[in-house]
Amino acid sequence: MLKIHVDMDKCQHYGQCVFDAPEVFALNDDDKLEYKATADDSERENVQRAIDICPMQAISFVE
Amino acid sequence: MSRPVVVVGASMGGLRTAETLRKSGYLGPLVVIGDEPHAPYNRPPLSKEVLATDVSHDAVAFALSDVLDDVMWKTGNAAVAADLDKQTVTLADGTVVDYEALVIATGLRPRRLDFDNRPARGIHAIRTLDDAMALRSELVPGANVVIYGAGFIGCEAAATATKLGAQVTVVGKGDVPMLRPLGHELARDIQRRHEAHGVAFVMNAQLTGVRGDDRVTGVTLDTGVELPCDVLIESLGSLPNTEFLAGNDIDIEAGVHVDAALHALRTTGDAWPNVFAVGDVARFPIPKFDPATRRVEHWNIPTEMARKVGKQLALQLAGDADAHATEVAKHFDPVPSFWSDQFEVSLLAYGLLDQATDVRLLEGEPGGNCIYGYFVGDDMVGVCGIGMRSKVMAYRNKVGLTTSHG
Repeated sequence: MLKIHVDMDKCQHYGQCVFDAPEVFALNDDDKLEYKATADDSERENVQRAIDICPMQAISFVE
Repeated sequence: MSRPVVVVGASMGGLRTAETLRKSGYLGPLVVIGDEPHAPYNRPPLSKEVLATDVSHDAVAFALSDVLDDVMWKTGNAAVAADLDKQTVTLADGTVVDYEALVIATGLRPRRLDFDNRPARGIHAIRTLDDAMALRSELVPGANVVIYGAGFIGCEAAATATKLGAQVTVVGKGDVPMLRPLGHELARDIQRRHEAHGVAFVMNAQLTGVRGDDRVTGVTLDTGVELPCDVLIESLGSLPNTEFLAGNDIDIEAGVHVDAALHALRTTGDAWPNVFAVGDVARFPIPKFDPATRRVEHWNIPTEMARKVGKQLALQLAGDADAHATEVAKHFDPVPSFWSDQFEVSLLAYGLLDQATDVRLLEGEPGGNCIYGYFVGDDMVGVCGIGMRSKVMAYRNKVGLTTSHG
């Protein structure tokens, strides 16, 4: 199981992560980021792509 | 020892290329060369957070993956020459590095003004961390700040400097700021919002001179106007860093010309099989639009190019001909993506907005949250929203040109 953390002080809700890992990240109706703090291991590559593309570098795995 | 893969450029494009090579199974020698002294860092905060707060390199540095542990970094040492036939790159300190494959990720540098008797102090550009930190110390309350160039960087800097208490005047050549990327209507809307915050605009004007001895004290415009100026920020667009490639048979007119598999091209149009370009420095076709090539200075481009080059090159070097051919055949075809924050305006855009011949309001109200579509005929070539991000994102996959409108 993957554990995912988003630093919400850094996050600016740009939504870039949503395209790489739509099972984990979404913008809600108020355009704020919502995410699942855990995900199946099969999502690792998608979440890593989201980590890489985040303009604020706000996403990380919790080891 | 076998020759290394050499990545010239230690910013996001170079970093992501190195990571992807390793994650794709390339375990051979890997050298990353950078002109700046810093380890790779994130540039978008430079015109915003880095100017506004006491941010250091640590705060903007990219996390370095374990897979990069055995990469040889040569930072603070620019590439100054290359010989693509002999497969060498020469660095500023005289070191000559052999390569098996070369990835050009040298990015851009700001276009600067060239005036006689240019004062040494008070004139800035914003590209590097050092640029932003040097500027930050001068953006003090009451300072007269003139920003020459009314594009995104200039307008973001205007908002940041205004919030810091400076008196900001933006001087630009067009009718409205950000005209080419956004079109007249949305650009004028954003200009009004800047003006409501106290930013002054002098449009259809050019800088003709800079006053001051040691330090800038004023600027003169071609309209005859003189403006007091404690800090001049030049935001006049960028030039590709390709000089080190001079003397080779490579097309570096307006950036490194690459094919749809991101191979650098000779002046004849033939591909160099072991030379690639990624990021802002590359001039490339986007098949979902048209065969024309262009540089695209948008956030997602370096990372997406690096993913392709890293994977494709790892297969090539592993000698996996079939898998490599399959990867080469997957043409690079991104949806350009950018955003910009200026005061309360939060822009998000997809596509090539400047290609549009027609701009239409799709949703919302001008002056408030709204979405504009950028069209050529019935094809949406771009979309841009103020706020309404979820809705803007829903348009992303509709962007492209379906037919030739030559």
